[in-house]
Amino acid sequence: MVTSDIARPENQVYCRPRSFTDVSTHYCPGCTHGIAHRLVAEVLDEMGVAEKTIGVAPVGCSVFAYNYFNTDFVEAAHGRAPAMATGIKRVLPDKVVFTYQGDGDLASIGMAEIMHVAARGENITVIFINNAIYGMTGGQMAPTTLPGMKTTSSPMGRDVEMQGYPIRMSEILATMDGVGYAVRRSLHDPANIRKAKKAIRTAFEAQRRGLGFSMVELLSTCPTNWGINPVNSLQWVADHMVPVFPLGDFKVSAAVGDIRI
Amino acid sequence: MPRELLKGNEAIAEAAIRVGLEAYFGYPITPQTEILEHLSRRLPELGRAFVQAESEVAAINMVYGAACTGARVMSSSSSPGVSLMMEGISYIAGTEIPVVLVNIMRGGPGLGNIAPAQGDYFQAVYGGGHGDYKPIVLAPSTVQEAIDMTVMSFDLAEKYRTICMIIADGSIGQLMEPAELPEMRPIQRQNWDWAVNGTGGRQRRILSSIYIEPKDEEIANLRMLKRWQEIQKNEIRFKEYYTDNADFVVVGFGSAGRIALSAVRAARHQGIKVGLFRPITVSPFPFAQLEELSKRVQGLLVVEMNMGQMLQDVQLAVKGNTPVEFYGRPGGVVPFPDEILHEIQRVATSKLSLDADPRMSWLDRATAK
Repeated sequence: MVTSDIARPENQVYCRPRSFTDVSTHYCPGCTHGIAHRLVAEVLDEMGVAEKTIGVAPVGCSVFAYNYFNTDFVEAAHGRAPAMATGIKRVLPDKVVFTYQGDGDLASIGMAEIMHVAARGENITVIFINNAIYGMTGGQMAPTTLPGMKTTSSPMGRDVEMQGYPIRMSEILATMDGVGYAVRRSLHDPANIRKAKKAIRTAFEAQRRGLGFSMVELLSTCPTNWGINPVNSLQWVADHMVPVFPLGDFKVSAAVGDIRI
Repeated sequence: MPRELLKGNEAIAEAAIRVGLEAYFGYPITPQTEILEHLSRRLPELGRAFVQAESEVAAINMVYGAACTGARVMSSSSSPGVSLMMEGISYIAGTEIPVVLVNIMRGGPGLGNIAPAQGDYFQAVYGGGHGDYKPIVLAPSTVQEAIDMTVMSFDLAEKYRTICMIIADGSIGQLMEPAELPEMRPIQRQNWDWAVNGTGGRQRRILSSIYIEPKDEEIANLRMLKRWQEIQKNEIRFKEYYTDNADFVVVGFGSAGRIALSAVRAARHQGIKVGLFRPITVSPFPFAQLEELSKRVQGLLVVEMNMGQMLQDVQLAVKGNTPVEFYGRPGGVVPFPDEILHEIQRVATSKLSLDADPRMSWLDRATAK
């Protein structure tokens, strides 16, 4: 048997999602943004909704997310993606609208916007990338930076007496009545990636059924700014981030709970 | 349509609905809150979108998102709230999408007060946010004009893919007077070739204010300036009163212009040959028209409810052809016609200098009392 016998369309089990554009990303080697992007694209493919989807890109490392998805996209101001998504969804309620935001964007400068989009129960989906650091600006302390963690703006390590504590967004948002789905997953190994995919699908299904605000928080790596190699970064997520940001379902409304993927 | 007794803020809101406003996002602030209140009732009853946002920052970014779909959207606020919106306003300008905004101005800076003022002229006319851009800015002086400009603002914003802002001081927002609303038109969302609304199989579209390559940003900046050139060519609007045989002309916009008209009429009764020039588009500013006027008068008197902001544009326009004098009431104080009449009398009987700084001369007079 030669390669051409095997490489036939009917044998193909893995390919670029149709909801992806055919370009290479700007992300650093080992960064899990690529995985998160792919999971979203696979979900859009499976649901067949790419043609009616509008994405909202944030400011941060994923500022160029719009280059990678084969859907309509807008680019928000820092932290304002949920507000922009609200504007789009209110005018186009039948379209699928999602934001893709990092921790600085969502949990710091955009705290008011994310809290109120959840309080209003806007029928949108938020993909929240938590890597405990500001990536694009070069590794400053984020609202999710772990106690003691060294960053370029907490060079001695985050001193909770002076710089406060990390914010757990999924837990906070779970207290809101407008939220249909708020869960935290991790991208540090294949088993967790599969769970993350299922959660993203559930979140988009919740939106499709009009079940209110849905968010999937994804623990992610930043090898470049953590100063840890990609493989060890994955282990660092498991060892250091998961204890502070426990994985789990913090809010699954009864209606969302009925969704079977 | 019949003439009705209408409050300025409600008239603006209702006029917007009747020309197809699909979505409004705003935050309460005096003296513009009636716009938000009126729309909070009317838009849902028409099945259109209304959101009271958590802040003006969020409101303008909701407007940004909704405008990207090609729908007719607007927000309104008053001075401190418009300052908060400046982030989104700059992004909207950079994305080149049509948005209508209303600023019912109040006294400032800072928290200031809730009385009528015109202190946001610079902020509005010169864009206010970061980067190079200029919005269209309209200044009504009556409730009827506020209605007509609201109608016009959507067409202008869409024609040029730009921000169109109405700046009215608090008295225009709050006063009631007879005015005629437009007829209710059905919503006709245009099939814009830039709107983001799901590909539906077409080529995907991205709306953004990012041009990461400086050369691309330069091209975008020049494109916007080219468009501005067109706007300047086509859209300058102003009103002249008694200027045909005037020796002196008062220049004022909005309420200051309206009050000045009373003073001009009183002065005419006294035999002073004075007229009024009232810019309606304060951006684009009627530079050429004022320059022409300046060649045939003995002096101009700029009257504003601020410390001399449009004054600078008037000075630019007249190129030293004629002396320019200034009278202002900043901080939320509204001038009486008598005050302006007194200034007209002073200007008509004084030896005017081309060299004096009109703002400083006014300050000396104002603080000497």
